[in-house]
Amino acid sequence: MSNTDFALAVEDLTVSFDGFKAIDALTLYVDTNELRVIIGPNGAGKTTLLDLICGKTKASAGSIKFKNEELTGTEEHLRVRKGIGRKFQTPSIYENLSVFQNLEVSYPEGRTVLGALRFRCTDAVRQRVHAVAGEVGLAGALQMDAGLLSHGQKQWLEIGMLLMQEPDLLMLDEPVAGMSARERELTAELLQRICVGRSMIVIEHDMDFVARIAHRVTVMHQGRILAEGAMDQVQKNPKVIDVYLGH
Amino acid sequence: MKNVLQSINRSGLTGVALLAALLIIVFPLTLDIFRLNLVGKYLCYAFVAIGLVMLWGWGGVLSLGQGVFFGLGGYAMAMFLKLEASDVQSTRIQTTPGIPDFMDWNQITELPLWWKPFEHLPFALLAVVAVPALLAFVIGLAMFKRRVGGVYFAIITQAVALILSVLIIGQQGYTGGVNGITDLKTVLGWDIRTDSAKSILYFICAGLLLACVLLCLWVQKGKVGTLLLAMRDREDRVRFSGYDVAMFKVFVFCLAASISGIGGALFALQVGFISPSFVGIVPSIEMIIFTAVGGRMSLVGAIYGALLVNFGKTYFSEVFPDLWLFCMAALFIGVTVFFPQGLAGLYADKFKPWIDRLRKSEVAGGQSVQDSGTTHAADSRSDLPNSTT
Repeated sequence: MSNTDFALAVEDLTVSFDGFKAIDALTLYVDTNELRVIIGPNGAGKTTLLDLICGKTKASAGSIKFKNEELTGTEEHLRVRKGIGRKFQTPSIYENLSVFQNLEVSYPEGRTVLGALRFRCTDAVRQRVHAVAGEVGLAGALQMDAGLLSHGQKQWLEIGMLLMQEPDLLMLDEPVAGMSARERELTAELLQRICVGRSMIVIEHDMDFVARIAHRVTVMHQGRILAEGAMDQVQKNPKVIDVYLGH
Repeated sequence: MKNVLQSINRSGLTGVALLAALLIIVFPLTLDIFRLNLVGKYLCYAFVAIGLVMLWGWGGVLSLGQGVFFGLGGYAMAMFLKLEASDVQSTRIQTTPGIPDFMDWNQITELPLWWKPFEHLPFALLAVVAVPALLAFVIGLAMFKRRVGGVYFAIITQAVALILSVLIIGQQGYTGGVNGITDLKTVLGWDIRTDSAKSILYFICAGLLLACVLLCLWVQKGKVGTLLLAMRDREDRVRFSGYDVAMFKVFVFCLAASISGIGGALFALQVGFISPSFVGIVPSIEMIIFTAVGGRMSLVGAIYGALLVNFGKTYFSEVFPDLWLFCMAALFIGVTVFFPQGLAGLYADKFKPWIDRLRKSEVAGGQSVQDSGTTHAADSRSDLPNSTT
């Protein structure tokens, strides 16, 4: 595969589970500073695509290049260190730790065993934790057990944990699921703020939310790309209306 | 002053201080040398128990083969002691004088090459810590890198315990077989069988145990401790935050193994022999019981657990020779059913609130003690997180 200018270049990516192709020869490019939203019916392979990019699932064929570096075959934690952050569909936070600790643990220093033994929570770490907590609206909840947060706050905390790592590619799987209208609004603003200087891929079903945040939209269906483009173009596409949006 | 006391209290050092007072002052003053030596023996198991607190309680990885590491530490120490006890003069009646007696009985005429380094005390002491850690590293790397965990890991460690004890018994000429390595006498000429040596060894044992507790506390309070708790909660989240989860598990497994090895070495010194009966499946599971009874999240609790269960074992076996195993089983089942967090959990749930209430009523009206606005995150973690597992 040739090198490209894109931050993320997925080419001819295929994964099959016992013969069933969850992702079928998919090609996708994402730019820096771009916020890409992936939509599509259930089972279209959206989450699987994120799993493949972050390494949770191994690809059967094809290539995933991040900043022109091949990722397939790289271990998950090394992909994270290259700058790929991933938020899971259900909020994945450490419920037994405080919000502060959740963020502190995500600070990208002391990631090896020896490094972690030497790690000290310095002022720089503390400042970063406070800055990120402010960004995701949890500045007042730092000492709280993360398990006591509301569902929406947990989603924000996980986004905050990713921000601590300053990833170049941020992948969010249904970040506003289970959020109130007001929380969705705040999240949309948050995503618009944080996509500067990095690439983002967001999976979402809420069309109003998608329209608010998306720079470009990719519609997936049965492991393939059905359509790609600006939101209003995609919404008018008859194929998309058929399989996903409905008449 | 009050603040200093509070920060000590928060960091869990009060419990360590109380334990230290018990081990270093109360026991030596109140127990005769026979009983003190017995307590010293129990404390050797406590090393394994605090290793299990780190591995099982904090790391969430249950190993049913910790006896392996206890045994390896014990054998490393016993090999040195045996070589010192087998000088040419005292073994002159053997066919080959100067080698351990059991080798002579098994028609071995030369000291095996891998026994030779154990003639040196520094090597033996290093081996006490390094051999268990090395084995744990190899097993851990093989298992955790392949994401083997939970029940499968427990079964595999149990198999390792079985393999090692069969190996030791089978290689009688090199290991002393089922009898183990016996008749250990001196360390660099210092007779370890005298009463004064026994009491000195007791203090060394208690001191090393407390040092290990402090080491583990330090690990718990640092980032590794936080990561271990995080891994128990959401392993994937830790992995996708850029950490090699397997290596942290390997680390804690090696830590637990090394600490167990120290316990084994002190056992060989204090009891005067080591045998495969401390390596196999049954002792490994007994060590789990000590930890469960004491509370698997609490280092200090695990030590009390080891002491209590062993006292119980001695007492029951003296009073009800036929029934003591049932008594032990009842104790274990009772504790796991009624106090899943062990003695430490019992303390945290029942006694601590009561003590706190007493304290509060004492200082009521005085200056406020609840000034925790500036607490850092690490301080807000209690010794016993309300884990649901």
